[in-house]
Amino acid sequence: MADSKSHRATLGGKIFTYVAIALFALISVYPVLRIVTISLRPGNQLLSTSLALIPENATLDNFRILLTETLFLRWLLNSIIVSAVVTVTGVALASTAGYALSRYKFVGRGPMMSGLLVTQMFPATMLLLPLYVVLIKLSLLDSYVGIIIIYSATALPFTVWQMKGYYDTIPASLEEAARIDGASPWQAFRQVILPLAAPALVITALFSFMTAWNEYVVANVVLQNVEHFTLPLGLKMFQASMQTQWGLYAAGSLLVAVPVVVLFLVLSRYLISGLTLGAVKG
Amino acid sequence: MAAISNISEASSAERRYLRWFLFLLLAPTIVLVLAVVAYPFFFNVVLSMSNMNIYHIHDWKVIGLQQYAAVFAEPRFWEVLFKTVVWTLVNIVFHVTIGVFLAVLLHQSFVRGRGAWRVLLILPWALPQYITALTWRGMFNSQFGAINLVLTKYMNMPAVDWLTSPFEAFAAAIMTNIWLGFPFMMVIALGGLQSIPAELYEAAEVDGASAWSQFRNITMPLLRPVMIPAITLGIVWTFNNINVIWLVTNGGEPNDQTHILVSFVYEAAFTAYRFGWAAALSMVIFAILFTFTQIFLKRTNAVEAAY
Repeated sequence: MADSKSHRATLGGKIFTYVAIALFALISVYPVLRIVTISLRPGNQLLSTSLALIPENATLDNFRILLTETLFLRWLLNSIIVSAVVTVTGVALASTAGYALSRYKFVGRGPMMSGLLVTQMFPATMLLLPLYVVLIKLSLLDSYVGIIIIYSATALPFTVWQMKGYYDTIPASLEEAARIDGASPWQAFRQVILPLAAPALVITALFSFMTAWNEYVVANVVLQNVEHFTLPLGLKMFQASMQTQWGLYAAGSLLVAVPVVVLFLVLSRYLISGLTLGAVKG
Repeated sequence: MAAISNISEASSAERRYLRWFLFLLLAPTIVLVLAVVAYPFFFNVVLSMSNMNIYHIHDWKVIGLQQYAAVFAEPRFWEVLFKTVVWTLVNIVFHVTIGVFLAVLLHQSFVRGRGAWRVLLILPWALPQYITALTWRGMFNSQFGAINLVLTKYMNMPAVDWLTSPFEAFAAAIMTNIWLGFPFMMVIALGGLQSIPAELYEAAEVDGASAWSQFRNITMPLLRPVMIPAITLGIVWTFNNINVIWLVTNGGEPNDQTHILVSFVYEAAFTAYRFGWAAALSMVIFAILFTFTQIFLKRTNAVEAAY
């Protein structure tokens, strides 16, 4: 990367840079290391005041108890079901609606776009409270139908915007060429444009999945039976009980967070280009 | 940017086909949005003018604007509004300052292992928010939490009652939120820095401009258009972020002293079941945020045009 500053960066400047970056990197990583440490502690050391990274007599007991003696696997299954449905819905809806918004002028296009943005300013209770009242009426409280619908709608504004932003970068001449070759608008969309939008589809899927996988506040209101809990509610339970079960909480957090963190880090490059596109075009 | 098709320019058969196509593309989204966003929104307006609460769940009726009057008459509303403003301001100032600072450092060409540093620094963004909040709550534990252990063991400072005093608990939630929020700003700033041509710095170098003056006169103004939308988004997200404040303080502990508006209304709705009142407060929160973003975006655009 060409950057003239390097020619003059003094030794002092370089040292300052590395020290500052390393310090913030340490701050970023430390809480995660702390979870690892606590998850490895044997039962008699949970209330330890040690700051050692690897605890004395490190053990995987917490993981064993978590997987065999708690409802963790049940919650995992619940979360997977909810997140999977939300992801499929999100990708199907955002990829089509985003395409329409990117390519066609129609009555209500402008209001629809700003309407989607405005929903981002709703406080959590704005839709949750009326939906809660409706769910009580329909006896859908404590069911996945309610929560899946709410999550899909929550993720949609952002994913539609980000799909639209990505389609905007794909030249319309590609569809025009396909149309001249006799393809219908649907075929042009399905066979030419959609494959090109694969990176944006991945981000939409990731974002929809994370919305459902990481959501606590809505689930806390809608789901009531412990067997129906999703992972966030379940993990919170380890903390809520009279004596916090730190070891189980830490082990569970690790198992839940590691896959999504890895996914996020791998895909973050695309996420960022999508975000800045959407933001600059907004 | 791709051209936008105008349906009225097409032939009539073609037009009919395109109408159907457009309808099929949009219908599912519109149905879902009408059912789960538009309908609840209007229902919420009705609720905000009703007397619905735990005693009137089924036999509620519309009573006019009394709930709004009750919101503004509630002294705690103003107190919590003030805390929300402090919460948002402090968080955003730290997010942007730390984010831009780290981005500028990382962008220097002598930095080795940029990708690896970036991954480490993005970690707080990647971690699920509720896990961040619950983990920091553990780290703020006064006896066994890592923060007090570091303070007492390495810095010879007295232990702080993080979670049991109102001010400290609020500060704890803010620190947690600063931690999870700076990577977003850093990443946006990094993207912005890449689009600034290196020649500008070379020219400034020839003119003998100092590093600080290069930052003031090249980096800042050119980063602005990228950062303003991100900051707007950041403000809206932070203002409405219930996860961190709710989970770090365990729902407003101690004694409901650590609320921002969004957690305050969540509690009113789902702990106290004051549905009508909570619906009115939701409308007020939305109105505050909506007005603010309109003004903020207009102001900043106006200034931008002056460049």
